[in-house]
Amino acid sequence: MTENAKNQKLIVIGNGMVGHHFLEQLASHQQATNFDITIFCEESRPAYDRVHLSEYFTGRTAVDLTLGDIEQYRQWGFETRLNDKIVEIDRENKTVCTASGISHSYDQLVLATGSYPFVPPIPGHQHERCFVYRTLEDLDSIRSVAGTAKSGVVVGGGLLGLEAANALKALGLEAHVVEFAPGLMTAQLDDGGSALLRNKIEALGVKVHTSTATEQIEEVDGHLRMQFKGGSELCTDMIVFSAGIRPQDELAKSAGLQTGERGGIVIDSGCRTSDSNIFAIGECALYEQRIFGLVAPGYSMARTAVAQLTGEEGTFTGADMSTKLKLLGVQVGSIGDAHGRSAGASAITFVDEQSGVYKRMITDSEGQKLLGAVMVGDTDDYDTLLQYHLNDIQLPEHPEQLILPTTDGTAPTLGAAALPTSATVCSCHNVSKGQIVDVVAGGCHSLAEVKDATKASTGCGGCAALLKNIVDEELAVLGMEVNNHLCVHFPFSRQELFHIIQVEEIKTFAELLDKHGSGHGCESCKPTAASIFASLWNEHILEPTHVGLQDTNDTFMANMQKNGSYSVVPRIPGGEITPEKLIVIGEVAKRYDLYTKITGGQRIDLFGARLEQLPEIWRELIDAGFETGHAYGKSLRTVKSCVGNTWCRFGVQDSISMTLQVENRYKGLRSPHKIKMAVSGCTRECAEAQSKDVGIIATEKGWNLFVCGNGGMRPRHADLFATDLDDESLIRYIDRFLMFYVRTADKLQRTSVWLENLDGGLDYLRDVIIDDKLGICTELEAQMERVVDTYQCEWKTAINDPEKLKRFRQFVNSDQTDEKIIFVKERGQLRPATTEEIVETAEPA
Amino acid sequence: MSLAALQQNLNNSFAITRPQWLPICQRSDLVTNSGVCALWGDTSVYSTETLKTVTKTVDQRSVALFFLPEQEQQLYAVDNWDPIAQAGVIARGIIAEMEGELTIASPLYKHHFRLSDGVCMEDSSIRLATYPLAFNGDMVYIGSNKIQ
Repeated sequence: MTENAKNQKLIVIGNGMVGHHFLEQLASHQQATNFDITIFCEESRPAYDRVHLSEYFTGRTAVDLTLGDIEQYRQWGFETRLNDKIVEIDRENKTVCTASGISHSYDQLVLATGSYPFVPPIPGHQHERCFVYRTLEDLDSIRSVAGTAKSGVVVGGGLLGLEAANALKALGLEAHVVEFAPGLMTAQLDDGGSALLRNKIEALGVKVHTSTATEQIEEVDGHLRMQFKGGSELCTDMIVFSAGIRPQDELAKSAGLQTGERGGIVIDSGCRTSDSNIFAIGECALYEQRIFGLVAPGYSMARTAVAQLTGEEGTFTGADMSTKLKLLGVQVGSIGDAHGRSAGASAITFVDEQSGVYKRMITDSEGQKLLGAVMVGDTDDYDTLLQYHLNDIQLPEHPEQLILPTTDGTAPTLGAAALPTSATVCSCHNVSKGQIVDVVAGGCHSLAEVKDATKASTGCGGCAALLKNIVDEELAVLGMEVNNHLCVHFPFSRQELFHIIQVEEIKTFAELLDKHGSGHGCESCKPTAASIFASLWNEHILEPTHVGLQDTNDTFMANMQKNGSYSVVPRIPGGEITPEKLIVIGEVAKRYDLYTKITGGQRIDLFGARLEQLPEIWRELIDAGFETGHAYGKSLRTVKSCVGNTWCRFGVQDSISMTLQVENRYKGLRSPHKIKMAVSGCTRECAEAQSKDVGIIATEKGWNLFVCGNGGMRPRHADLFATDLDDESLIRYIDRFLMFYVRTADKLQRTSVWLENLDGGLDYLRDVIIDDKLGICTELEAQMERVVDTYQCEWKTAINDPEKLKRFRQFVNSDQTDEKIIFVKERGQLRPATTEEIVETAEPA
Repeated sequence: MSLAALQQNLNNSFAITRPQWLPICQRSDLVTNSGVCALWGDTSVYSTETLKTVTKTVDQRSVALFFLPEQEQQLYAVDNWDPIAQAGVIARGIIAEMEGELTIASPLYKHHFRLSDGVCMEDSSIRLATYPLAFNGDMVYIGSNKIQ
């Protein structure tokens, strides 16, 4: 078949996560051009990320969750038909027919029709306040009803059911879980794990009803009354069914394809159905009597189908269904044979009732191999155990040590070196250890580069720690130094140096170098030390002991431009400025003939100032009430804002007041890199807070706090950190967050990269900042308070100190100006002359 | 050391080039562990009374003066013009030790120039001119290699 593959007509039915992955894989294949590809999608929107569906309730939008992109498909040469349902497959003539009656012929057909939620046929289940938890539309409906509801019931205590319960709780409802089976998550957990999970979830306020079968639902006095077998009942305002999924196989069934007794399109290891020209992938497919309701096996099927279509080797032989996740804040992990049903299986169990941890590992009869494991309350060991399981690695002599707490707090992890190269590290994107080793050898020498090149750890992120270990290990093998030392002069990371300076109360670079460094320092360690001194002791950056440490922009408290002139940015908090002050800026710009431009941060940048003009310019600005904008520093730059409910008809909070409060609080804070913030007065997000290091978005009840976003070269969407905060909690969290960042980040590391490299990620950050896991929050707040209390406008201090102004002379021995700085006019303003222009205007020798 | 003695000293050590010593600025104009820029030309005359150069010639140049009190050699003078960035900014760089050598890192594109001979560490074909510099009382003197 494949040698005649030129311009085969390929039709793909369904555009969910798996369908999308199939297209992605095919598009990147060199034979992609051999196919004319048409995608039919019943829904009105292309594929989106259902794994993270619940995040739709916590700030992510439909656009954020989108995976499929019609424009992208078009660029790949694929035709996409949304809202176009296929209702019939004519296998004899090899055509499919749409609901509108148009038929399309195919050579090969891929069914990626997915699944639908199973709703038990309980009388009353069609009530308008009964929902399923599957699509964005479902979530919209749930949200709109939740606004007026007090309580909600989830029918189904599986993984998705608990997630739905979490969503109801987050929407402010009293949440109940009704489960037919005697325990929660019985597919993944054994009895012990299930029982602990239940305790923990109940402690969070979710009411759990197990061994409970619903017999009827009826509306009574505006409420929904659920009647259970045995006579008990429960009144609620809305019901969400999450009782499992059923494969979407109607189309296949009516076309006469072989399907399973309980549904599912039967496929072989090549993902071909009983008709060899038709493939089925994802949750609609049944392989060896099993439906695979996770995304990783679906992706694996998609890759298999692509391989088969392009004549390459590739088979699907089942998939590991191990999972690690956080449900209602409880960590849960399940690996392999979690129930210990294999013949001869024996178990080792660790239970800590005090801190609520349950771990159980299932081994073979000799205790040599790991068959499965269950973890509730603590999944730190998951990665290590999973690798033992997946790669059949011989267990250590005392396997119990793998799950027992150690006295020094560190669990023995499986060294990356112990893994075979075939070991799958990232199961979301099917990346093996071998592939990672290859890209490291091929020149990717940082975690970010490896992630970029392999996609490893960009799915669920569960393998992040393991990936880092492998990369470090490989770099070490290549003889590359894996250290985060600041530079050759200090054998410490920035974080370590910060600690040293803080504990020993070191105030000068000379002392620091003398006690802990060597040599004379360089352009790397000097500004870093200066920044740490400023964060901790907040002395003026131009004090004689500090001046030689500063980068040039800090030295002259202005931004050097390409010809050696400077730009000046006065602080305009929140972009709010009186006409009088605006006129002063205009007058100053006019007087000194400065190129004037509005910045992206709602401020005004004045370019083309000569070194010797800076003090005069600032004297005028300060007289008019301006302060330095720190545009030159690794420090808080600007807090962008919208006008909020003061002016805007959509605003729900006073975003301007909040902006002024935070900008005035954190101005002057020196940090590892620049910090940007924004405050939006409603979810319309006009201030673009989700692209900032700290983003604040107003809600009806208070403020949502987003952290670690970034614009610029490597855009990163900020993570929702905490919701509905009052003013005080908001400031407290930002105090702690910023100080923790200042303390622990590497030099020149933005918050986005810092978070990506933070072991434990966002959850850990929440543990530290919100739950005070490290017990340092009081100290962080005090430290911030000290910085706030010792704020001074650096320029105001400088213009009143002749000693500090000494350097603001072009020549220390002459009043002449630098004649090499040449400007020309363009669009009514000055700009630096180009090299060619300078040559033209130069006097002949 | 008197100026005459200094002159004699340097005349000896620079026997071939015979530098001429001229005042360029005051000691207090220098910034510890960092640089300042001064104007200097062969025929310019620095007045020790007005503390300014009083005549201007076409062959004036800006020099960057560095004062490193902790070092054996405390004073360095190199051309202020950064030929890579095409701007007069060397004096505003940061003193950096690189591969055991004292250098000045230019503020624009961060190239390092060795203070002792002006050679660019990243590209040895580029070199800044260097000049001898010395204290004489409260004054700083720069040595010219040109013949009187």
